[in-house]
Amino acid sequence: MSDELSITEEQILQHDPWEELRQFTDARIALGRTGGGLPTKEYLRFSLDHARARDAIHEPFNPEWLKGRLESLGVESICLESAAIDRHTFLVRPDLGKRLSQKSIEYLNGYDYKGADICIVIGDGLSSKAVHKQSVPLLEELLPYFAKLHLTIAPIVLAKQSRVALGDDIAERMHCKCVIILIGERPGLTSPDSLGAYITYDTFRGRLESDRNCVSNIRPEGLSYQRAAFKIAWLVESAFSIGKSGISLKDNSDDLTLQTAEMLYYQKLS
Amino acid sequence: MYKIILGHTTYEFKDLKTLMAKATPARSGDDLAGISARSMEERVAAKMLLAEVPLKTFLEEQLIPYEKDEVTRLIVDSHNDIAFRPIRHLTVGDFRNWLLSDEATTEKLSFISSGITPEMAAAVSKIMRNQDLMTVAKKCSVITKFRNTIGLPGRMSARLQPNHPTDDLRGIAASIVDGLMYGCGDAVIGINPASDSVPTLLKLNHLLDEIICRYEIPTQSCILTHVTTCIDLINHGAPVDLLFQSIAGTQGAMEEFGVSISLLDEAYDAVKSLNRGTIGDNCMYFETGQGTALSASANHGVDEQTCEARCYAVARRYNPLLVNTVVGFIGPEYLYDGKQITRAALEDHFCGKLMGLPLGCDICYTNHAEADQDDMDNLLTLLASSGITYIMGVPGADDIMLNYQSTSYHDALYIRNLLGLKHAPEFEEWLEKFGLVDNNGRTLPFVHDNRLIGISNIVNE
Repeated sequence: MSDELSITEEQILQHDPWEELRQFTDARIALGRTGGGLPTKEYLRFSLDHARARDAIHEPFNPEWLKGRLESLGVESICLESAAIDRHTFLVRPDLGKRLSQKSIEYLNGYDYKGADICIVIGDGLSSKAVHKQSVPLLEELLPYFAKLHLTIAPIVLAKQSRVALGDDIAERMHCKCVIILIGERPGLTSPDSLGAYITYDTFRGRLESDRNCVSNIRPEGLSYQRAAFKIAWLVESAFSIGKSGISLKDNSDDLTLQTAEMLYYQKLS
Repeated sequence: MYKIILGHTTYEFKDLKTLMAKATPARSGDDLAGISARSMEERVAAKMLLAEVPLKTFLEEQLIPYEKDEVTRLIVDSHNDIAFRPIRHLTVGDFRNWLLSDEATTEKLSFISSGITPEMAAAVSKIMRNQDLMTVAKKCSVITKFRNTIGLPGRMSARLQPNHPTDDLRGIAASIVDGLMYGCGDAVIGINPASDSVPTLLKLNHLLDEIICRYEIPTQSCILTHVTTCIDLINHGAPVDLLFQSIAGTQGAMEEFGVSISLLDEAYDAVKSLNRGTIGDNCMYFETGQGTALSASANHGVDEQTCEARCYAVARRYNPLLVNTVVGFIGPEYLYDGKQITRAALEDHFCGKLMGLPLGCDICYTNHAEADQDDMDNLLTLLASSGITYIMGVPGADDIMLNYQSTSYHDALYIRNLLGLKHAPEFEEWLEKFGLVDNNGRTLPFVHDNRLIGISNIVNE
């Protein structure tokens, strides 16, 4: 009996004999199996990725920390919040995440900002983790473009419990022509910290989603800071030149190879 | 006006639409719309009144006006009076009793299906427990055919979903090998492309066709792109098996998807005329999901489950091969957690089957919902026990293109083993030929030189 019970490696785990196909995709293929189930290692790997994605959503937004990092770059910022009072409210009431709280409205009334070309908002969205990790390195690449384009920038707004459309409310109250909101995207298992940038020209409360341009998947493993900054700057400059954003502004920034386009761009600026 | 006195409290509901919304089991989307019951007791009061409503009322009083909405017009104009006759004298409460009784056989349920409007199905589901929804759904039989037979008793199919974030052909082929080896793909091999450019989609379409032809797989392919893009593909001579479209339960929400009934009619004619099915001509594939009408601000104050059931009236006009609710994809503002997702999926499966549709389910969730893989295991087991037509097979349950979690190739194997569910018969025979299952349909150990692993070389040719 004890001989029959001796457990061999083949009995506890079946490898999938097409493991070399993994090189072609990040999809979870050739995981092997045990009966109809996942091998222990793969089950735990999935659990870890899911845990990270969940934590990314519920990680509290830390505007003070971001404010400090921006100060060290010599960039001024202010903190605002949406009308969604906590994370639960934010998740079930998308409408509240799209407008400012009464307190923030009063703050802006007192702040009495006179206006600029561009308002940059950093909003937590669905991943504070993404914002904490990607927003400042992206801005380091992005801000020099605007200086070269002679576009003025309002103090950067750090917005808590924020949906994309909160940028409209903020930009309207701060009298800015164009809003760029950098926001944490819905985390996937392989990308819990992906940042999105939404650009809306001539913005006001009630703008449609089709009036925006989006640059997504900004993270070192996806769209790099350099490429993302170039794309955003390209879209902003185009929006200012045709006087609109959204479906009528086609993103042709990829038409040339990146290197050439970037060089052309710098040439044009200088 | 509907009115009931319970103890010292009088509950009043101003119309049928309000009564339906208040009687609906709790979910975040109806809270967001501001139409849900304000207390537990109010919800039960509404259920009690709804149980007394005669089924005939749903033919006389429309929740969304006939003049304003083409889906309502479709529901009214396509109603089959003869099929309705056996149940026309029943109230919603009587209808529930009859559905659960042994009198309601598979044959009788098939006969009455075209007499049941979406609102009738939704109403009765609101006064049914989960086990009731499962019992009745299991009794319904819906069989469809294109290159294989889907929906036979004791069988369950799976869509193979080999998505890739940049539509990379080798990446997609690798996921197809993985899925076929695990016995998925008898519902369809269907790609959600990242791109909507016709040249890219043509390449994907030809890849799937080449794989199916070369390995003589008794299944069908689908590129899940907008219906107008698919018509473009057909005009380019692409080998389109199934035409896909996401649909919604109100005209306004359909417009948000860029479709109308006349456009679907045109697309249906186009794909049907290709005549690519070998044993049947069910050639449409639809996806639905609770919350879409509200997210398009086109719900007319109607609860999200009733709006969902209205999709099935649109779907059944086209005798589809496959229809599935993508139940947890929309996010927690519409279905908050595992409990709400589970309830919604069981309702959708019940309503779809009762109305005569081959209902499958994308058992899924996003990372901002209060749900996890355990909730999906529970739901998969409930739906498979209720006779779900098909489920999704996604590598490792993680869709790297759409960023959500569904059921995996492994999950399909788990549920087949647990409940003894077999593949579509033609597909099972094919799996046996390729040494992947034994003559009882049980999965065999993989061998290193299985011919299917060579599929990935097609891309290099």
